[in-house]
Amino acid sequence: MINILTTHWSDFVHGFGITLLASIIALIISMILGTGFAILEVLPNKFVNLVARIYIEIFRNIPLLVVTMFFYVVVTQFIKMNGLVAGTIGLSLYTSAFIAETVRAGILSVDKGQMEGARANGLTYWQAMRIIILPQAFKIVIPPLGNQFINLVKNSSILAFVAGFDLMYQGNEIASTTFDTIDTYILVGVFYLIITLPLSYYMRYLEHKLA
Amino acid sequence: MAMIEFKNVEKYYGDFHALKNINLEIEEGKTVVLIGPSGSGKSTLIRTINGLEQIQAGDLTVYGENIAKKKSDMNILRKNVGMVFQHFNLYANKTVLENIMLAPRIVLKRDEKENREIAEKLLEMVGLSDKGNSYPDMLSGGQEQRVAIARSLAMKPKVLLFDEPTSALDPEMIGDVLEVMKKIARDSDMTMVVVTHEMGFAKQVADQVIFMAEGAIIEKSPAKEFFENPKEERAKQFLSQVLNH
Repeated sequence: MINILTTHWSDFVHGFGITLLASIIALIISMILGTGFAILEVLPNKFVNLVARIYIEIFRNIPLLVVTMFFYVVVTQFIKMNGLVAGTIGLSLYTSAFIAETVRAGILSVDKGQMEGARANGLTYWQAMRIIILPQAFKIVIPPLGNQFINLVKNSSILAFVAGFDLMYQGNEIASTTFDTIDTYILVGVFYLIITLPLSYYMRYLEHKLA
Repeated sequence: MAMIEFKNVEKYYGDFHALKNINLEIEEGKTVVLIGPSGSGKSTLIRTINGLEQIQAGDLTVYGENIAKKKSDMNILRKNVGMVFQHFNLYANKTVLENIMLAPRIVLKRDEKENREIAEKLLEMVGLSDKGNSYPDMLSGGQEQRVAIARSLAMKPKVLLFDEPTSALDPEMIGDVLEVMKKIARDSDMTMVVVTHEMGFAKQVADQVIFMAEGAIIEKSPAKEFFENPKEERAKQFLSQVLNH
């Protein structure tokens, strides 16, 4: 195992870097989109609710692999992008649907009186949402949000299917050239843990700090 | 000129007729108390005054602005109309001082130093100077409600609405809140509209009492007259129920 690690160190590190980068970018995009669509779902406007609902149901109910292949195979015929970009977009949109559902649940669990109090106090809907409702909603949904983040990092292995040169992709390459599949995939698993375990503990820490 | 004027106002929740042909004028600086059995539309009526409930027909003019019109700007209206709720509705994620200072800062753009001075003075007025840095969940109900009153006053509104401000409080907390409300009624020229079941408060402080039942205004009288000599049968019945026990 040590042998594989040392001889393919740069491949592992490269893959790890790509996985980390794609995860961070997808996390930022999916948080922004997810929060945005969560707000669109709770806005007092039936049409906007419907648009948000359609978006969420589409990306929540189609397999991640299908979404990603759509961007890699179909969309690339019109807009040039490599596997890493296509995969990261697919991952972002897919995850954003789950984050939207999570954040929406958080917003709905904030007492209705908070919005009424803020509106009666003279704040606009958006000011109340930003300053009063969302901070309370996020605090409530930190644990399920942590799950989504961890799923996102693991799901980034989808990049291997679209030549994204991520950790999983490098693992496949190493395994097929060395034939040492067991050791290679154990090492790949350990590299994923290096991202997901600290993330998991950080979310737990946040939960306790803000509780 | 009346500060608040209802003209033939109708309000429905689906098929339910919540407010029936409301006609009412409330003069500037007066304290008006709304009483009546539960489900009579008192809270609905008071909530239409700052646009938390929309009306379906009629005209409702508040501080010169007809808010029944679609285009009217509720955010401007609400600068002039404060509200105190049954369940306080303090911002759970903000300290007491922040609760009071938030709206003046972002809505009125009040200078930070002045904002703090006003907030501290108001906290002193409601007897909670030592609670500025506490969060709402650390306070008792009575304390929360006094903070909520201070928060409304910080906006220096022309009209202050109270929607059953003592109904969710333990009996021993009610007195402190009523004291603060009496102080405001006595010392300021604010127009106050109060939905309450506190008949003692109504007797002492109200200029006018409005009695409602089943979504309609049954009787409007000066407070003394209403309690000593109610005109309507329905009002007499109600008073005998709430006063004789």
